[in-house]
Amino acid sequence: MATGQHLRGKTAVLLLLMVVFGSSGDTLMGKGMRAIGPPEQWRVAPVVEFVYGAVVSPVVWAGFGCLLLFFLSYMLVLTWADFSFVLPASAAAYALVPLLGHFFLGEPVSPLRWAGVVMITLGVALVGNTPPRTTMPAPAAVQAAHPAAAAVAKGD
Amino acid sequence: MFVSRAMKGIGEVTSFRPGSIARVVLRALAEPWMWAGLGMMALAFFCLLVLLSRANVSFVVPVTALSYVMAALGGRFFLGEQVNANRWLGVCLVCLGVALVWAG
Repeated sequence: MATGQHLRGKTAVLLLLMVVFGSSGDTLMGKGMRAIGPPEQWRVAPVVEFVYGAVVSPVVWAGFGCLLLFFLSYMLVLTWADFSFVLPASAAAYALVPLLGHFFLGEPVSPLRWAGVVMITLGVALVGNTPPRTTMPAPAAVQAAHPAAAAVAKGD
Repeated sequence: MFVSRAMKGIGEVTSFRPGSIARVVLRALAEPWMWAGLGMMALAFFCLLVLLSRANVSFVVPVTALSYVMAALGGRFFLGEQVNANRWLGVCLVCLGVALVWAG
């Protein structure tokens, strides 16, 4: 069983992976799809051409891979952490993207956006101060996958 | 919420080796709640596309920030999580903050 400190540590790592892969995936997917552009007409041939364009685009594949890794991190963290903890904590990405854009790319950030970034940061800090898990844990996945280990855990 | 229900049922992952992770994914795919969750996510994506084709992006996207409040309500009443005052306050701030970032 994980201690409180260990639980917080692995929750933070998985949340970081969610933020990194989620925002990279969205950006790459957006870039890839914009490069292809919408189908010229909603007929079979242009739609097939559009789908083919997406299938052969390395940028779209990179985006798809990042989004898969995002969903995998999301699934893993939810095996122990509260949904009402994970979802608001992962919103840190919405604060991070304007900040990175401002400091690395020199993009202007409106006062309204700054207010939003401050509110998200405060909100994530408040949620992050609550216990990541408040429900009774189910038996560990790895124990359940190994009957011998599960028997030892039960004291059989 | 449904994906969370499926993953809670599987139990805490304690090993992050590729084989263990693959077993967790296979067990998740055998959970009906997981498929219900994936279906709801697909439906939400479709509804977002329809809404975007009918209403202004600057209205639609900030409104989707309400999903954080729905997550806290779902966590409390559907998943039995304890949402204390600090978590509620944090969720409300995140919700307003995300709406402002999109609106700005």
